[in-house]
Amino acid sequence: MTATEAPRKGVLGQRLVRREDPELLTGEARFVADLKVSGTLHLALVRSPMAHARLASVDVSPALEVPGVVAAYSGADLEGEWAGPLPCAWPVTDDMRQPAHLPLAAREVCYVGDAVAVVVAESEYAARDGAEAVLVDYDPLPVVVDLEEAAADRALAHEELGTNTSYVWELKPDEAAVEAAFASAAHVVSGRYVQQRLIPSAMEPRGVLVVPQPFGGEFTVYSATQIPHILKVMLAVTTGISETSLRVIAPSVGGGFGSKLNVYAEEVLALTLARMLKRPVRWIETRSEATQATIQGRGQIQEIELAADERGRIQAVRVRLLADMGAYLQLVTPGVPLLGAFLYSGVYDVPAYSLSCRSVFTNLTPTDAYRGAGRPEATYAIERAVDLLARRVGVDPAEIRRRNYIRPEQFPYSSVAGLVYDSGAYEAALDKALQLAGYEELRAEQARRREAGERHQLGIGVSSYMEMCGLAPSRVLASLNYSAGGWEAATVRILPTGKVQVVTGTAPHGQGHETSWSMIAADRLGISPDDVEVLHSDTAIAPYGLDTYGSRSLSVGGVAVAIATDRVIDKARQIAAHQLEIAPEDLDYGGGEFRAKGSPERSMALGAVAFEAFTAHDLPEGLEPNLEASSHFDPPNFTFPFGTHVCVVEIDTETGGVGLASYVAVDDCGNQVNPLIVEGQVHGGITQGIAQALFEKASYDDQGNLLTSTFMDYLVPAASELPSFVTGSTVTPSPTNVLGVKGVGEAGTIGSAPAVINAVVDALSTYGVEDIEMPATPERVWRAIEQGRRP
Amino acid sequence: MIPASFDYERARSVEAAIRLLTERGEEAKLLAGGHSLLPLMRLRMATPGLLVDLGGIRELSYVRRSGDDLAIGALTRHCDLAANELARADSPLLAHVAGQIGDPQVRHRGTIGGSLAHGDPASDLPAACLALGASFLVAGSAGERRIPADEFFRGFLETALRPDEVLVEISVPRHAEAGWSFQKFTRRAQDWAIVGVAAVSDGSTRISLVNMGSTPLRATAAEEALAGGASAEEAAARAADGLEPPSDLNASPEYRRHLASVLTRRALEECAAVT
Ligand SMILES: Cc1cc2nc3c(=O)[nH]c(=O)nc-3n(C[C@H](O)[C@H](O)[C@H](O)COP(=O)(O)OP(=O)(O)OC[C@H]3O[C@@H](n4cnc5c(N)ncnc54)[C@H](O)[C@@H]3O)c2cc1C
Repeated sequence: MTATEAPRKGVLGQRLVRREDPELLTGEARFVADLKVSGTLHLALVRSPMAHARLASVDVSPALEVPGVVAAYSGADLEGEWAGPLPCAWPVTDDMRQPAHLPLAAREVCYVGDAVAVVVAESEYAARDGAEAVLVDYDPLPVVVDLEEAAADRALAHEELGTNTSYVWELKPDEAAVEAAFASAAHVVSGRYVQQRLIPSAMEPRGVLVVPQPFGGEFTVYSATQIPHILKVMLAVTTGISETSLRVIAPSVGGGFGSKLNVYAEEVLALTLARMLKRPVRWIETRSEATQATIQGRGQIQEIELAADERGRIQAVRVRLLADMGAYLQLVTPGVPLLGAFLYSGVYDVPAYSLSCRSVFTNLTPTDAYRGAGRPEATYAIERAVDLLARRVGVDPAEIRRRNYIRPEQFPYSSVAGLVYDSGAYEAALDKALQLAGYEELRAEQARRREAGERHQLGIGVSSYMEMCGLAPSRVLASLNYSAGGWEAATVRILPTGKVQVVTGTAPHGQGHETSWSMIAADRLGISPDDVEVLHSDTAIAPYGLDTYGSRSLSVGGVAVAIATDRVIDKARQIAAHQLEIAPEDLDYGGGEFRAKGSPERSMALGAVAFEAFTAHDLPEGLEPNLEASSHFDPPNFTFPFGTHVCVVEIDTETGGVGLASYVAVDDCGNQVNPLIVEGQVHGGITQGIAQALFEKASYDDQGNLLTSTFMDYLVPAASELPSFVTGSTVTPSPTNVLGVKGVGEAGTIGSAPAVINAVVDALSTYGVEDIEMPATPERVWRAIEQGRRP
Repeated sequence: MIPASFDYERARSVEAAIRLLTERGEEAKLLAGGHSLLPLMRLRMATPGLLVDLGGIRELSYVRRSGDDLAIGALTRHCDLAANELARADSPLLAHVAGQIGDPQVRHRGTIGGSLAHGDPASDLPAACLALGASFLVAGSAGERRIPADEFFRGFLETALRPDEVLVEISVPRHAEAGWSFQKFTRRAQDWAIVGVAAVSDGSTRISLVNMGSTPLRATAAEEALAGGASAEEAAARAADGLEPPSDLNASPEYRRHLASVLTRRALEECAAVT
């Protein structure tokens, strides 16, 4: 482990309150729906109530009778408008099958919610009434809902593809080694886990407003998106409008979790209609639409087998995945399983590995990246299987993990799946988590309650995770067939008054980048973060960027800010040296000032240097005016945060109700820029993992109708369902970047679901229960207990 | 999430509301807290032509003693009922139940009259009123009448109210000395009950069930068993006898029956502990 830069006294590491919060808390923040442009037209979409059907006819004329309706179009009417289909940027294999996907379906609908017509009106109300009036005739086609039936090709989600399989992807470095390990294993355990579909449920649903300048031919697109930069490029490709005529702005965005990491039909439609009608056009998603027409997460069936020796040391991991793409491939749909595919060996030193993934189409809402994307799935499978192994071997779940961890001295560690883990100290995180949880006392209390046959039984679940984040080294993305790079851009300017402007290519939507980036620049400049402004999420201000997802912003974008800041200091040094008539290398910089080594009274403040750079009256020969520098940072490797979570559940054995008694998370994301923000990310992340483990599931009937289309049925947990989280951390800096940082946006979600289910299964182990499907609802738990009680 | 268009009138008095209901017939709907009606309208599952808003009739929000009863105005909001000193003293069950509904936003808008008139078997106050032996004063174009709770709930979202009638007042016998319990089983604090049980015990015991059929229900078999000398455990085992509970994403009928028994036993134990 090589610490590039240990935490030091300065701005970094301080628990500064987020500068973003006052405007969010007072309602001053402006989301897309708050933007009012006079003359705006409103869109309402007519969505298919059938999961699979041929469009016999779409008659929009009754909508035109509705007062206030300006225009209405079917998919067929607009077919000539598209320069390209809705994009999928990740064709993971060369022979991947992909159905045509247009913003409005013209011939066939493939899931409930697929849009078939659009109504444009003077008000939202008129648009909605108009949409109700549109007449559509559907000829039903066979519907594919179940994942395993989809794989069997009994009915087809897209007849023209001839199969439901989109692709088969394999990672089999040495099959012979895997087979040998299983043949000679003392213990073999296997599990089959279902990752249910999840509805992302960002606080702000999606929305888009396109303001055209009919004479200039230019369009400003305001969208509730995580990816203004990527969206701009993709809008140019799908509509044929020149990139130079497009400006994309993401105003305040109320969360995304991956659901806004996409290029959606409504964005393309709004732009196209603004072009056709020469008026501003707006679409704001309703919550019910969000449950159908916004991508969903997870949707996998996993089979995992572990081969282990006598003492439970894992010798091989073999995994088969079946992944649900849904009806179409959205921006990175096919890549999601790949983001986890390298990680099914978890935090363990595993010599042999084999993984295959079959991805299939169903007639359901498309899936795509959702907080963790692939990595929560991988962590869940290995952490559940390792618990099973502990039971077979007859040791405590903590002990089985200790026997298998990659040891600190093995870093950088080359994994059998082909990654190089940057740094880690897995056992230290486990020790800290067990100590914070009071593990020994918990086990004693558990034994006491079992002995006494009490109604409320305790379950203790441990999960150790590791994830790859900081997407991503561009060359690695190339090897995975991803059609973009993974670098990030930053520009740092010292303004004439000495204040600092940071321009970033990241697109925060709740993560607090303004606070963190200002801290990074201020720390290096030795000034107050209050003197640093951070601009982002507007392609006219920040022309280059690859936006925010995959816990990449800090370890790629934040690092770019650090590098650009250092470059600015280097330039300032030359100017200061010239002014002070001293060699640049004889100057120290600190506290916002250059000082001569040995004679600190010869000094020049950064503000004075900035003013010199601005007036350019007396600069060193050949040096350009102004203090500004940029960085386009392409990370040399992913970063690999890790940690251990301990969850304690209390199960009411009469009702099957699961209560969370306590939750401890020890996360290591390398150096922490702002621990308060780290904790916030961890809290939200844990909650989303708990949500998957105990509460949320997008349920469908056998005809592909969503049964959980409101928050009455789709149970997002609230504070009252959660214990106060105990968070701790260890700090193992990443050697791959100057800040020594990793990512923490997804860590909580990745570590938590297996910790919760391990706890539930632990509580139920006395009833012979070895697994319980997510979400572990009271009825499922009750049934498991009933079954165990039967002789 | 955008309702179809509708007319809106704000009634100044119960008489005015009755007049509007009479004039516009079935297409008119009363609006109280709006927390059951508006969600249906936003999903376009209800499309009334006229909303008659009762919200301005302040006189319909009260809690007072009336003989042996506690009388509650139909427009009393859940949060006011839960916090009301008189209610907490005279009908601790009702006040407690009001405080268990939904979340603070819901409790600050929803009214007892709206909850009863909506007739949702998953709602809490209807079952509480059954257990308490409440009666409801309603007013219509033909004058006033009083309907016992046992005769009020007729079917799923269906009550004994006629289209031109307004629920005006709820009367519950005061039960300060009785044992009582309310057991609500949910997955999240803010949810409707998967199953709920209300019980009141003073000499005899009345037990009612939330979400165990198409209306709020009395657990008659369990009540009879108790009257016949059965233990709490034995009686509770019969809580769901003869019932056909619904099936939904949260629970199968079988699980609901099981919950009804467990919760009834706990309710009876708590009743016994209070007295
Ligand atoms: C998120 C959420 C959670 C909830 N959770 C629960 C819960 O846990 N438990 C629970 O019991 N309820 C719950 N509710 C329902 C809530 O209690 C409602 O407020 C209540 O059921 C209806 O009361 P209201 O005043 O809002 O009625 P409204 O919605 O205004 O009206 C409901 C119906 O009653 C009629 N009506 C209203 N007042 C009268 C009157 N005086 N005379 C005749 N007819 C009338 C209306 O015409 C309408 O048909 C929840 C609601 C929401 C939105």
